[in-house]
This record gives sequence, structure tokens and C-alpha cells, in this order.
Amino acid sequence: MALSEPETSENKARADRPRRVRGGLWKAASVLGSIVATMLGLLFVTFIIGRVMPVDPVISVIGERATAEQYQAAYQAMGLDKPLIVQFGVYLWDVLHFDFGMSLLNARPVAEDIARVFPATLELATVGIFIGIVLGVPLGVLAAVKRGSWIDQIARVLALVGYSMPIFWLGLVGLLVFYGILGWVGGPGRVGIFYVDVVPTVTGLILVDSLLDGNIAVFKDAFSHIILPASLLGYYSLAYISRMTRSFMLEQLSAEYITTARVKGMSEWNVIWGHAFRNIRVQLITVIALSYAGLLEGSVLTEIIFSWPGIGSYITTALLAADMNAVLGGTVVVGLVFILLNIFADLLYKFLDPRAE
Amino acid sequence: MTATPDTPSGAPTLRQWLLTETPTSRRHARFASAYKGWLSFRSNTMAMIGLLILVALVLIALAAPLLAPHDPYVQNLSSRLLPLGSEGYTLGTDSLGRDILSRLIYGSRITLYIVGLVALIAPIAGLLVGTVSGYAGGIVDTVLMRITDIFLAFPRLVLALAFVAALGAGIENAVLAISLTAWPPYARIARAETLTIRNSDFISAVRLQGAGPFRIIVKHIWPLCISSLIVRVTLDMAGIILAAAGLGFLGLGAQPPSPEWGAMISEGRRFILDYWWVATMPGLAIFTVSLAFNLLGDGLRDVLDPKDAGS
Repeated sequence: MALSEPETSENKARADRPRRVRGGLWKAASVLGSIVATMLGLLFVTFIIGRVMPVDPVISVIGERATAEQYQAAYQAMGLDKPLIVQFGVYLWDVLHFDFGMSLLNARPVAEDIARVFPATLELATVGIFIGIVLGVPLGVLAAVKRGSWIDQIARVLALVGYSMPIFWLGLVGLLVFYGILGWVGGPGRVGIFYVDVVPTVTGLILVDSLLDGNIAVFKDAFSHIILPASLLGYYSLAYISRMTRSFMLEQLSAEYITTARVKGMSEWNVIWGHAFRNIRVQLITVIALSYAGLLEGSVLTEIIFSWPGIGSYITTALLAADMNAVLGGTVVVGLVFILLNIFADLLYKFLDPRAE
Repeated sequence: MTATPDTPSGAPTLRQWLLTETPTSRRHARFASAYKGWLSFRSNTMAMIGLLILVALVLIALAAPLLAPHDPYVQNLSSRLLPLGSEGYTLGTDSLGRDILSRLIYGSRITLYIVGLVALIAPIAGLLVGTVSGYAGGIVDTVLMRITDIFLAFPRLVLALAFVAALGAGIENAVLAISLTAWPPYARIARAETLTIRNSDFISAVRLQGAGPFRIIVKHIWPLCISSLIVRVTLDMAGIILAAAGLGFLGLGAQPPSPEWGAMISEGRRFILDYWWVATMPGLAIFTVSLAFNLLGDGLRDVLDPKDAGS
């Protein structure tokens, strides 16, 4: 489940929806409405999850030895005596103000914790998607152009293996081979122990911060730590991006305008990159946005293998400690980013590609 | 099957009967089309490999007590962390001296159990939502599809994590969590199929004969949605296996000492640098099975759903 799979048939169904509303204003309003509805839905689901859990939230705050009066007082103070819909309203209000409650583990606001760990995930996923794009797009184009050749076969096998491999296992094996045996890369964590907190935090992205500080040693160390987990994530997005690129390119290359271009004597390079590739750019950006969203989520398991202090590690640690505020806060943030990227991909496709209408 | 084109007696062989262009009954036609599908499927080597691996997996799971050389739960601390190829322990032992091969063999039962349950629950839920939504139309359609969209936009693994956190760790809850996040694509597919079927002439004919919406959906729309759902389920199986293994790896799925493959990787993780096989072997098992499902799914798509076949 490392990557979400937008089936083309699904996208088609999405576009086919009998919503023949004309006019830009209506369109914008309906898009906005669907964003709000989806986000409300996400918050409602996390709210319900928070309510159905078997742990009594009152007891987890005041302890098991509290008297009945204390229990009642805390029960009312937490607003649990109000109707569910009111409680949901309060929850919405809090989330809108980035208030996810206090973490039970370290008694700090969950929002602060998330702001601290999120850049680590962002950095990892961004380097990962960069690797995926740089390798995946040319591979997909080549596979389409040289259809049936050995390079097409290799691309096919790479994708198939990527879809079938448990990411956490591949991470472990990678750690064993490249760190344990070959010693080519840094081990778990974002930087080696000597470089922790050496550069001041500006963006929270260590690769950027170390460059801003002009500290090349930290940059090198951080790079040696990020390259393995990012390549791993990159491989997963490569599997997806290269397959999609290939099928988009095949569709273009079989079109008549390509034959026309060839008949006119245009160079093969120009036909492929100047014409066919030009026409798949919007679709490709959509795929990349979805793939990026998938990586943000898929980094959960990767982060645990590489002790990467990102949001995935944060959620899992909180989970095992039954720190529900932290789990739900993390879920909401990942969910919101995921939804925004999904919608962004959808919008790009709708607005930039005239064929989508 | 060494059938000559025309046997002297005039009675067709089974193969001829199956390959006929002029079926004599509805059942005959159904068998014939199934057989032709099988022939085309059989010519796809990769899909056949996938099928064989899965058949082997089912047989292994069924015959686990006969095949496993040791009890998967019995600990033997004097023979812990034995390497591959040790005497009596082909794939070595784990940190508690349990035979890894036996644990893998028994673990196949858990994998099949999880996959089987999710593959039942999620598509049926999606089929219900999708067909009702597509057939009813109007406000019902809007509301149901909005809910589906919302679930489709969720990050699946993280949501499954949150569900398991709320429900408590365990196989059944893992199944429930994965199903809850897996049904929306099926609803989408079922709705799209329903929309194309709904206005066809044969549905109008059935309606004129007095069939109610329930009968139309169950008897006439569902059967036509099945084949695209099957393809999608098979292609999703690998994802389900990986999700279940991921939950097991995080300690949220099957609980120790259960020989679930993801949990086994998690156990072996601590020794990965010195005793690599403990975590590596279960990973290979997961990989093999999900690869088999992917191969089978690709093959099935080519047979059952030629319009979407990968070029």
C-alpha cells in the first residue's frame, strides 16, 4: 500500500460524473465544496475513532484512583457530557486552531511535536520523489519507445518487483547490505551522533539547513544518511511512475499526429520529446502528485526501519504507548496533506488538460 | 486430448464440445466461454506461474501439520539462531530456537486467512454501495459517492493504523481496518458498471416483467459486475498482503508467538546484522506470494477484462 493507485478507469468515472455544471464560478464552488466535505469527513472519522476506543479518556487523564466526584468533574470539564455533535464542533474548532490536545507521553502540545517531526518526513519524501522522477520518467519513455526490447522487460520486472516487495523488508535488507556489509552509507537516523544539533534549525530540513549554515561536513553526513531510505522510497515511486509514463507514451505514440510528424521527416528525438512527451506532461504531473502523497504515507514503515524521526515514527510510537491524542493528531495532519495533494492532482488534470472535460 | 477434427462415431469429444461455436444450451455456452478463457489464460506463462505458486500456497497451508518438520511454537534455547542448512533446520532457527521453515509453513495459514477475509468483506461492501448508488441515482448516489470519495482520499495505511489503535491489536481488527480502507475502489467500479448496465434494453425488459429494484440489482446487475471486481481484487491482493504484513511488523496485527510473516520480520529485525536469515526468510515468503498475486491479476485482467488489458 505504499502507493495509492489511481486507476485510469476511476479517473474516467470521476470525470464522467453527471455534473454538467457550466461556468467557472460554479466549478470553483463545487471544487471548494468537495474539499471541505472531504476534510470534514476525515475529521469526523478520526473523531469517531477517538470516541470508540476502549480506553476511557477521563481515567487516562485523572488516573484510576480518582473519586467519583473528581471523575464527574473531569468528565464535565472535558465536555463529554455534551451531545456528540457539540463535541464534534468543539473538536473541529480545536483542529482549526491547530490544537490537537496534549500528548500523554511527554505532556507537550501534539501540534508542536508534529511541527517538529514533519519536516523530517517531508525531506525524506521529497528526496525520494526526486529520485523516482529522475529515474522513472526516462525509464518509462524508453520502455514505450523501445517496446518489447530488453529495456522494456527490465522496466516491467522492476515495477513488478516494486509492487510485490514489502518496503520494510527491503529497507532492512538494504541496511544490512549497504550499511552493515559494504559500509557505503550512514546508518539509521538523520545524521551521525556527532552532528546532532550542530546546525541551527531554520527550515527543519537538514540538507537545507546545513547548506545555509555553510557546514559541508554536516551536509555530507546527512546526505549519507538520507540516501538509502530515500532511494528505497524512490524505487517505489519509480515503479509506479515508470509504468504510468510508459502507458501514457504508448497512447501518444500510436496517435496519427505522430505518424504525420515522422512522415514529415522530423527527427525521432523531436517526435518523442517535442511531441509525444509534451502531450503527457499534465497527466504525468498528476501521477507525480499522487505518488508524492503516497510516499508521505508510505514513509511510515520506512521511517521505523531507519529510525527516522518523522511523522511515521511519531504516530507509531504514540500508538504503542496508547497516546491517542498524538495518534489522531498525526493521522489528521497526514490525511490533510494527502487529501490536498490528491485534490491538487485532480484540479491540475481538470484545469490544465482540455481533454478532461 | 488428442481429438481428431471429426471422430468417426460423430459424437464430439469433450474438447470439441467445449470449443463449439454453436452452443446448444445456456450451460453449454457458459462452459465453453470459461474453457476459452482458460485456454487464453494458460498461454500466459507468467500468470500460470502465479497461479501455480498460489495453488502451492493453499496446499501448503492445508497440509501444514504434515509438511512442517517441527512444531512452530516449541522453543529450544539450546539451538537458537542456527544458520541456514543446519541439520534438521533447513532455514535455520530464530532467537528462541524455533524452526523458521515450520513457522513459515504455518504462517501461510494466517496470510491466507487475512487475505481471504479482506477479499470477501471489501468487495462485497463496495458492490453493495456501488450498485445501490448507481441504480438509485439522485440524492442517494450523491451522498454515497461523496462518502466513497472521502474514504478514497484517505491515506490507507495511516487510517488502518488509527483504526487498529482504537480497536486494539489483533488479526481480526487488522482485517477490519484493512477492509474499511479497501472498499472504495470497488464501489467506484461497481457504480460505473451499474451505470452502463442500468439503461440497457434487457434491464427495461426485466422491469416490464415486473421485477423490483432488489431483484434487478441482485439477479441482473451483480453478476455483470463480478468479473471486473475479481480482476481488481486479485490485483489488490498483493497490497492487502503487504498491508497486513506491515501491521504485523508494527506489532498491530497478529500477536506473538503467532508465526505471522510480518511479525517474524519484526522479531528478526534486532539481529539483522549478525543473523540475517531470521528476518530475510519471511520477507522472501511475503514477496513470493504478493508477486504471485500480481502475476495472476495481470493474467486475469487480460482474460476477463480485455478492454483494460495492458498494452
